[in-house]
Amino acid sequence: MSLLRIFDIAGSAVSAQSQRLNVVASNLANADTVAGPDGSAYKARQVVFQTAAAGVAGRPDAAAGVRVSTITENDSPGRRVHDPRHPGADAEGYVTYSNVNPVEEMVNMISASRSYQNNVEVMNTARSLLLKTLQIGQA
Amino acid sequence: MIAHLTASFDFHGQALMLRAERQRVIAGNLANADTPGYQARDFDFASALRAATGSAGAGIASDVMARNGRAAPELRYAVPSQTSLDGNTVDVDRERGTFADNAVKYESTLRFINGSVRTMLDAMKSHHQS
Repeated sequence: MSLLRIFDIAGSAVSAQSQRLNVVASNLANADTVAGPDGSAYKARQVVFQTAAAGVAGRPDAAAGVRVSTITENDSPGRRVHDPRHPGADAEGYVTYSNVNPVEEMVNMISASRSYQNNVEVMNTARSLLLKTLQIGQA
Repeated sequence: MIAHLTASFDFHGQALMLRAERQRVIAGNLANADTPGYQARDFDFASALRAATGSAGAGIASDVMARNGRAAPELRYAVPSQTSLDGNTVDVDRERGTFADNAVKYESTLRFINGSVRTMLDAMKSHHQS
């Protein structure tokens, strides 16, 4: 039954988008983290989505769900601020903060939440269609 | 006689299955709206229904259907209205529109089935009541 598989597909997307939201939350929480003793601060992370076959035997081209394949770290250098009195300052008096860009993260968050809503909507529609299908032939 | 009675059910049943299949394909497109390199897919409902029910297109589709017991329309790739750098061709607005449209048509097919069930039941009952 194709309609039942919609729950798998939309469910995989909801789960992937919530993982993306998690990563955004982690990035925003660490936006002002300074470098530890090893000199490297928190690096902004980002999820990479990948199409995942929804297990239709013999039909690789059929509609598929989505999954998070990897989480990449942004390797650009962190923000450096001159603050010699900061306990985390290096020999030149600079403090290295994480390389999180809060504006990018907010945009990412909005995009993720819209996609999440879209897929919840898909599940709601599939649910009401299935319930109506169950009532076929009833007066 | 019984075959004649159920013939219209068969047609609407095929239509319902194809509608559900299309709903699933569009759900897959919406799920992959943010996946890099994903290409949106869809199928032509009219020709898929013709292939599933008519004798003209009784080639691959009905063979597959006979094996799986369900319709297997030929999927095609959507032509992107706006290209994106990551190669994703899902147009979320268009897909949502198609999804809503397909849901309404699914429901109307359900009503056709319910209508013919009721008509048939009425035809069976009327003799006893008169």
